[in-house]
Amino acid sequence: MSTPEKDEATGTDTTGHTWDGIKELNTPLPRWWLWTFYFTIIWGIAYTIAYPAWPLVNKATQGFLGFNQRTEVASEIERFNTMNADLRTALAEADLTTVKDNPDLHNFAVQGGASVFRAQCSQCHGSGAQGATGYPNLLDNDWLWGGEIEEIAYTINNGIRNETDDAHYSEMPAFGELLETEEIDQVLAYVQKISGQEHDAGLAEAGMSVFADQCSSCHAEDGTGDKYQGAPNLTDAIWLYGGDADALRYTIENARFGVMPAWGKRLSASDVNAVAVYVHGLGGGE
Amino acid sequence: MLNYVKLAVLGVIFLVAALGANWGRDLAYQVHALIIMAVSAGLFVWVLRNTDEPGVKVDESGYMDGVVRAGVIATGFWGVVGFLVGVVIAFQLAFPVLNFEWAQPFANFGRLRPLHTSAVIFAFGGNALIMSSFYIVQRTSGARLFGGNLAWFVFWGYQLFIVLAATGYLLGATQSKEYAEPEWYVDIWLTIVWVAFLLVFLGTIFMRKEKHIYVANWFLLSFIVTVAMLHIVNNLSIPVSIWGSKSVQVFAGVQDAMTQWWYGHNAVGFFLTAGFLGMMYYYVPKQAGRPVYSYKLSIIHFWALTFLYIWAGPHHLHYTALPEWASTLGMVFSIILWMPSWGGMINGLMTLQGAWDKLRTDPIIRMMVISLAFYGMSTFEGPMMSIKAVNSLSHYTDWTIGHVHSGALGWNGMITFAALYFLTPKLWGRAQMYSVSAINLHFWLATIGIVLYAASMWVTGIMEGLMWREVDAQGFLVNSFADTVSAKFPMYVVRGLGGVLYLTGSIIMVWNMWMTIRGGAKVHAPVGVPAE
Repeated sequence: MSTPEKDEATGTDTTGHTWDGIKELNTPLPRWWLWTFYFTIIWGIAYTIAYPAWPLVNKATQGFLGFNQRTEVASEIERFNTMNADLRTALAEADLTTVKDNPDLHNFAVQGGASVFRAQCSQCHGSGAQGATGYPNLLDNDWLWGGEIEEIAYTINNGIRNETDDAHYSEMPAFGELLETEEIDQVLAYVQKISGQEHDAGLAEAGMSVFADQCSSCHAEDGTGDKYQGAPNLTDAIWLYGGDADALRYTIENARFGVMPAWGKRLSASDVNAVAVYVHGLGGGE
Repeated sequence: MLNYVKLAVLGVIFLVAALGANWGRDLAYQVHALIIMAVSAGLFVWVLRNTDEPGVKVDESGYMDGVVRAGVIATGFWGVVGFLVGVVIAFQLAFPVLNFEWAQPFANFGRLRPLHTSAVIFAFGGNALIMSSFYIVQRTSGARLFGGNLAWFVFWGYQLFIVLAATGYLLGATQSKEYAEPEWYVDIWLTIVWVAFLLVFLGTIFMRKEKHIYVANWFLLSFIVTVAMLHIVNNLSIPVSIWGSKSVQVFAGVQDAMTQWWYGHNAVGFFLTAGFLGMMYYYVPKQAGRPVYSYKLSIIHFWALTFLYIWAGPHHLHYTALPEWASTLGMVFSIILWMPSWGGMINGLMTLQGAWDKLRTDPIIRMMVISLAFYGMSTFEGPMMSIKAVNSLSHYTDWTIGHVHSGALGWNGMITFAALYFLTPKLWGRAQMYSVSAINLHFWLATIGIVLYAASMWVTGIMEGLMWREVDAQGFLVNSFADTVSAKFPMYVVRGLGGVLYLTGSIIMVWNMWMTIRGGAKVHAPVGVPAE
């Protein structure tokens, strides 16, 4: 049968087995490997005695250290809640216009508002509140539904065009179904004119009366909009859905219908107020 | 007579598939039914043409290498496909605009990602494992493959599984379990193929002329058996309709999560570790021309690895709804697994004792060494990341992605490339590969690619972990999720470039294989005689 032989390069005996020319050395287990292996086993046993580990009939062993990660998280949350409890209560009940006079409360509101904003609002409005197509920029001083701090808080609480009763609501008609193509061309040119863009003067002239008949009741006669109806100012060159001819035509023909959730249903009163203070303080608050 | 049975069976399959194409409730199911119709029609014609013809006598005196040759080609092909999709999705993450509007929903990141993971793990890795199993078990048993054409059924059946899985992902059929995405009928098909694979492998072991079973075969057998068990349990589900791809898992909630990660972790453990260790235990001593370093170590680390790996899955679910005790056990078993994993690295590297000089001249040996080095690194990193305190930082971050890829690109990829360079000349009767310097170029492209990939993912992973957990003095989060995404951008580009290098290397390899095979002769390898 097979006989061990000495391997010249290492001076170790082989086991004597051969498979397709492959032989095996009879090298003993490396000591460092074996002791490290033993050590991890001993450590493992000790660790499972110290921490929750072995499942029994009704529950698992709890470990003599009494550690529990769920209790740990709960106590961590509790620590911050206790620390911030007074400020949180004060913010929930505060008159928002005077928050800035109380430095501690103001700082708490701005930091907390920023945190809530990053988690809840940034998906639409951008992590820097810069907005995106269809989602208003909150840094400028152009406000659809009002930029006073109380108005911002109302918008956050109740949202826009959602299913709740107190939400801001308005609906622009889809003028593609109401006006002739020619009239749309005219009013489009007029909007380009009042927003200071290049336009066809003849069409814009004719569009003036279309605008007065169809648009001015919401967007105001001079096109500066109406915050009570959420009707955008058309003269400030700030466009929620784009101001080029194609985007304007789409808006006129189909209308837009942006929706924002009623955050008062999801966030605590202090969190809503915190976001209001944060957004109001971004630069555009009135 | 048998041919008439085959014709009848194929006819029935064709008919059922036609009904499925007609009544199928979703696009993926209908397309799959059409694929099965085409396959069964093709086989029907093929069987019919061979019926009542004088059969071609198969020469059964030597090893059955035709199926290994096919496996070598399939491994190279799927490798390039898998790496290419990987590069595409890496750049989709860096530049979301590459999720082209016109290609929706098929070429969305969400659908391409499982295509990439399955293509590299199951198509590239799986073909490498199957063809290596067939090659190694014959050589080390001194016996021709058991079961005649059953091995060919395994090969083509597995390719059909890959095609069904891949087209299913693109068409939206998925059971949303990571690395187990294929739906119920594809799972059933894979089970049939896998049992045939087990039969061929075990049958050959039983027919062996050597008294002992070689260590590579222990690992390959543990891979085949365990993967069968994992696959069946994790895919227990009930189809919503026999005419649709959707199915419902029998487990729910945390039990489902636990089963999934018991499967997921051991797919890594037995598919990507035990199976590839089997490859390593054959190719490294053969290429180095040296005896395996320690027989004792191979026994101890084999049994320790096999026993311990199966318990480590819960470390994928730290700090979730999983009970804390399960989490602790998963972590403890992962750490005890460290040395058993390293046993394979020691045995592989120390086998080169007395042959280290070949590192200068033989790029295949160099690939094997890099492969074992990455194996050692990622089997240290894995236990470390399973420690709860480390995991609370690393979990859900790109660190995990980096860890997986240092294992997959480094360990699995490199040992497979080495195996392909080892096998191609032998199977097609050449003295060596067409271009040895191209192997060297491949080695450097792949190595630099891995380094770029792993390093960039460590950086972004640890960075985003730190950004996610950062809170100010009042306990408020400092960063938004989008802040972490934009902070990662440069590293995402670096990762994509690493992928491009790795892909380029594999294309050079496929060209080199093609040039070697072209004009080569199919070799008739006589069955070996047992050692005296």
